[in-house]
Amino acid sequence: MTALARAVGAPATAATLTVTDATGGSRELRLAGRLDAYSISGVWALARAEAARTPNRSVVIEASGVVYCDGAGVAMLVDLLRQERSAAAPVTVRGLKPEFQTLLDQFDPAAFRPPAAAPPERLHAVEEIGRAALIVWRDMVTQIAFVGETSAALWFAIRHPDRVRWKDVWYTCEQVGANALPIVALISFLIGMIIAFQSAVPMRQYGAELFVADLVALAILRELGPLMTAILLAGRSGAAFAAEIGTMKVNEELNALTTMGLDPVRFLVVTRILAALLMVPLLTLFANIIGILGGALTMISFNIPILTYLREVDSLVDIKDLWAGMAKTPAFAILIAGIGCLRGLQTETGAAAVGISATRAVVSGIILLVVVDGVYAFIYYLLDI
Amino acid sequence: MAADPIIRVENLTAGYDAEVLMRDVNFTVNRGEVFVILGGSGSGKSTLLKHMIGLYEPMSGRVLIDGDDIVTAEGEAHYAILRKIGVMYQSGALFGSMTLLENVRLPLEEYTALVDEAMDLLARTKLRLVGLDQFCGHMPAELSGGMQKRAAIARAMALDPTILFLDEPSAGLDPITSATLDELILRLAKSLHITFVIVSHELASIYTVADRVIMLDKRKQGIIAEGDPKMLRDSSDDPWVRQFFRREAAAEAT
Repeated sequence: MTALARAVGAPATAATLTVTDATGGSRELRLAGRLDAYSISGVWALARAEAARTPNRSVVIEASGVVYCDGAGVAMLVDLLRQERSAAAPVTVRGLKPEFQTLLDQFDPAAFRPPAAAPPERLHAVEEIGRAALIVWRDMVTQIAFVGETSAALWFAIRHPDRVRWKDVWYTCEQVGANALPIVALISFLIGMIIAFQSAVPMRQYGAELFVADLVALAILRELGPLMTAILLAGRSGAAFAAEIGTMKVNEELNALTTMGLDPVRFLVVTRILAALLMVPLLTLFANIIGILGGALTMISFNIPILTYLREVDSLVDIKDLWAGMAKTPAFAILIAGIGCLRGLQTETGAAAVGISATRAVVSGIILLVVVDGVYAFIYYLLDI
Repeated sequence: MAADPIIRVENLTAGYDAEVLMRDVNFTVNRGEVFVILGGSGSGKSTLLKHMIGLYEPMSGRVLIDGDDIVTAEGEAHYAILRKIGVMYQSGALFGSMTLLENVRLPLEEYTALVDEAMDLLARTKLRLVGLDQFCGHMPAELSGGMQKRAAIARAMALDPTILFLDEPSAGLDPITSATLDELILRLAKSLHITFVIVSHELASIYTVADRVIMLDKRKQGIIAEGDPKMLRDSSDDPWVRQFFRREAAAEAT
């Protein structure tokens, strides 16, 4: 920090500007010292202001005192020369040392005139809506095409299980499943604890803390276990899928697959969807158990022993509730993996594009998860499950 | 060599969205020759290559590989064409999560019923051809750019294609590595009778390897020269072509 401050604050020789009235009614700006990027900011502003103040008098920049001038100094001189002025009152540079003059001569100030400001293009509201709708429509078409392609590839995988790259599936299972255990455990344990605590405080006023056990178990089994696991995986694996496939696309690896006659959907998407289909139910089961245990910990602090808690859970919660939650997991799995892969395949060129794809995978993944979860809730309500 | 076309490009018009890069381009590539597509930056060399391997759909026109249209062929017919070609991409495009051996093995795993040992041996022989068999277990990221490109050639040759497409094989390589690659191309062309289609702008390498070149130009939206590179250098009547081959600055040509 101090080194930088010294470097910026103390140039070897500062640039100076003195303004005088010369003979013949012209203004003379006498530049001297060192013209580099660190020293010129002050004199640049001064010289510009001075030139602008005298639009009807010719301005002579007397530069014989300049001892050093690099690209920055030349840019400043070009800036002073390029200003639009009447022909009777030009800006001229005089006395610049030949070695600096040759540098300056490489630039034609007229070429650097700022272009006349074009009025910003404004779209009619209708056009804006139309364009936005077109983008949404195209995105929908690709998504529908992708669903079709993926279904076909999955169907092919079911009929020809020997053509599936199981090695890749197991590897992805490890990434998606085993490696996600700690974070899933942490979040579901906290969720269980928090729900139990937040409901135990008011329930205690009615002496009904024991029923918190049912509340926690029902909420976790039916809703929070599957949903939280899915949201975690959307953030974790959905983004990873998008980034992996996106990077492969940027590196032309997807093109390489295509010209080898290997369908990227079968090769990359199917393996990931299969891995997610295997792992999401298992992780959800795990999250359910840990969540209920989290609730148990809170209840112990409310003087309800763990056995009493579990017996209460057992008395009211049915196996049907577990299945109601588990039934959602295949849909969630396909959704997370599918969206992640789709966004990856849609990646445009460049490193930033991979980041954009990962973000889009997470955002659209979570939105769709919530929508699908709502659909399930509605169906369960109609079926009275 | 008697003219025996293996690739025919007929009336190809290609570009992106509204911008046409080339219009009504016609040429043929003969069996067994090393054919080089030349041109300045942005002239559409790589785009032309990607049309020839069926990655992009042309605005109009056809690309025939051994008599079959690569654009319209579907299903098995399409795979049959793809099996005749191998492609080395500009960046190598090796699969980063696999070792070199696994990269070269991949097409074999997908298309043949060979036992594991046979596939390993086959993949090793391909890596041997490009002089990389001692790096079988390495990941692509552990290799230099030139080695990655050679490995990519080995992968492209995994199924013994009749045509190899190379996109800028010598771009970004030092002269020695680049010369090694040229030697490899010539050796493969002679010993395996592979037809090469190479996109390049490296003059030194073109004189060494090319039997025939075509030169693309963006302003003319097509081919401005065709023939033997040394003859083009010495006797082309297009000033821009002469400048290109003589490495003169193009200030006046534009």
